[in-house]
Amino acid sequence: MKKRTEKVLLPLIAVFLGFLLGSIVILLTGRSPLTMFAAMLKAVSGIDLSTGQSFNPRYIGEFVIQSMPIILTGLAFAFASRTGLFSIGAEGQLMVGSLAATAIALMVHAPKAIHLPLVLLASLAAGAIWGGIPGLLKARFNVHEVVVTIMLNYVALHLNNFTILNIFGSQDRVKTAFFPESALLKDSFLEGITNGSRLNWGFIPVILALLVFSFIINKTTFGFSLRAVGYNKEAAKYAGMKVNRNIVLSMMIAGAFAGLAGAVITTGTFNFGRALPAAEGYGFDGIAVALVGANEAGGILFAGLLFGMLKAAQPLMQSQGIPKEIVGIIQASIVLFVAMQYGIQLILEKISKKKAEALEGEQQ
Amino acid sequence: MRATLILEMFPIALMFASPIIIAALGGLFSERSGIVNIALEGIMMVGAFTAAAVTVLLEPLTPLAPWIGLLAGVAAGILISLLHAIASINMNANQVISGTAINILAGGLTVYLCQIIFHQQRTRSFSNGIQKMTVPLLSQIPIIGKAIFIENYPTIYIAFFLVLLTWFVVYKTPFGLRMRSCGEHPQAAASMGINVQRMRYFGVLASGALGGLAGGVMVLTADIQYTQSSIHGTGFIALASLVFGKWNPFGVLGAGLFFGFSTALSLYAKDITFLSKLPGEFFYGLPYVLTIVALILFAGKSVGPKASGEIYESGKR
Repeated sequence: MKKRTEKVLLPLIAVFLGFLLGSIVILLTGRSPLTMFAAMLKAVSGIDLSTGQSFNPRYIGEFVIQSMPIILTGLAFAFASRTGLFSIGAEGQLMVGSLAATAIALMVHAPKAIHLPLVLLASLAAGAIWGGIPGLLKARFNVHEVVVTIMLNYVALHLNNFTILNIFGSQDRVKTAFFPESALLKDSFLEGITNGSRLNWGFIPVILALLVFSFIINKTTFGFSLRAVGYNKEAAKYAGMKVNRNIVLSMMIAGAFAGLAGAVITTGTFNFGRALPAAEGYGFDGIAVALVGANEAGGILFAGLLFGMLKAAQPLMQSQGIPKEIVGIIQASIVLFVAMQYGIQLILEKISKKKAEALEGEQQ
Repeated sequence: MRATLILEMFPIALMFASPIIIAALGGLFSERSGIVNIALEGIMMVGAFTAAAVTVLLEPLTPLAPWIGLLAGVAAGILISLLHAIASINMNANQVISGTAINILAGGLTVYLCQIIFHQQRTRSFSNGIQKMTVPLLSQIPIIGKAIFIENYPTIYIAFFLVLLTWFVVYKTPFGLRMRSCGEHPQAAASMGINVQRMRYFGVLASGALGGLAGGVMVLTADIQYTQSSIHGTGFIALASLVFGKWNPFGVLGAGLFFGFSTALSLYAKDITFLSKLPGEFFYGLPYVLTIVALILFAGKSVGPKASGEIYESGKR
């Protein structure tokens, strides 16, 4: 198999196997997998096969807003991955990004042309700082980024809750006051044309982020040196690349992507800051998105839309009697199959080698 | 701070500490054999769900239901960790990705099954979990007796016992030495005739058993039913204890007790003058911050198993 086709084909096989496994689980628990696929169709188009309800743009809007944050957290995981780093910190970076967005939205008063960009910049900066910490610890003390990012996720959760509840004040111990119009990605025009969905301008930063990701990784010397560090740290160092600086910068840029996702959720889907009882899982969704998308911008867009569709279909499945948690099961299986692809490849190679040997034996 | 208050805190602190210690010991087996296990959280969820569900279903039949539930939790933990073992030992999967997948899977699977079995997002609540007990003779010992042996959950004794057992197995038996060698230098271990893959299977499945037990202990002492937030990050605190305790059973015990007390403090802080100013979030976040600090302090010193997380290829040197 060619490298290129392999890169596209293997994740697709994993996705197929994930859905297959999910369908088996649904069958085993006495439901019909067709209900799930019907819910997925309805989630992206509004078309309902059983009632004959036709196309409804509200569903598209809801499906797109589910995809936006996980595309960004996918970019975050992928960017660090390209430099050989394993960041499971998108969850926490997203939370500090959303916290920074909340702070600027509530404390600054300015016209929209200034206020909204400030909000987005703040979320980028906060995410970059939160991502930079594990990067710095890795570069300076060689502390493994996996454990640090996990711990920072929880620190971010409690920091977020503390700040929302004690500093911005919250009437109901859940949300802050509403943001002023000037800070919002949320927009009544977009809601109007999608029949009252929560679609917002967040898709513009998401598209920009995809372009920036692709540009940095593929078109700049900086991106090249990041990838070089990812392939072989020692060789990169020998070639005169600043390995430690690259590690910190890569984690910061990754963090910025995730931080932006926080702003997209807080000022797009919602219009207030929220205290959270637990992490919402956008970071883990992002890992799945990046793995299926093979750490490429195009792949991440595709995978983000796929998983966004699954998320959007959740309430529809639930109302049809399929527990919505089936999505987690499918997603986890897909991740597991993608993770095992190296082993699957090895096994396939072994089998084909044995076959070749057997053939040779026969010929002699 | 009044002395009685400290004594009052003991049962609560020990209740929080037991599952942390047990799960961290599980992580110790896995990592000492060379497999990183960030799936502890998910394994605990599966163990907790199974223990709670079995307890609820058997409760009308036998008073031993919670104990049978615990055993079921152990079995379920082993089953789910088998996935991690197959993926990371046979299929050369990245161990962190495989662990992440299991964490996602556990969150989905447990609540999915709740909906199928109990028609709600959580298990039905059990009327009796594991009951507190007083140990007859030992409770007479001054101070210690009062702190540890009066009105405590018996699960803490299980945790203490497992610390000793782990120490003995890992550090005092040839088997333990072989297992550790697989986590330090698997190729060297293999050259001495040790079956690295089998050792790693043992390590991962042991972490499944202990993680499942920890989940069961947690839900049956600190909760009344299993919900998606029953475990709320305790598996990751266990991972933190493992790091903080330098991958050593007694270190893990100390770290687990420390984190147990810091959780209990968050409940009692309002009664303690010099702590009452601090918000609850401070105590919730503390274990995670301390772990990062510990990692920085340990940096450069070889405290953890060297080959943990590396894919084992027999041809590599």
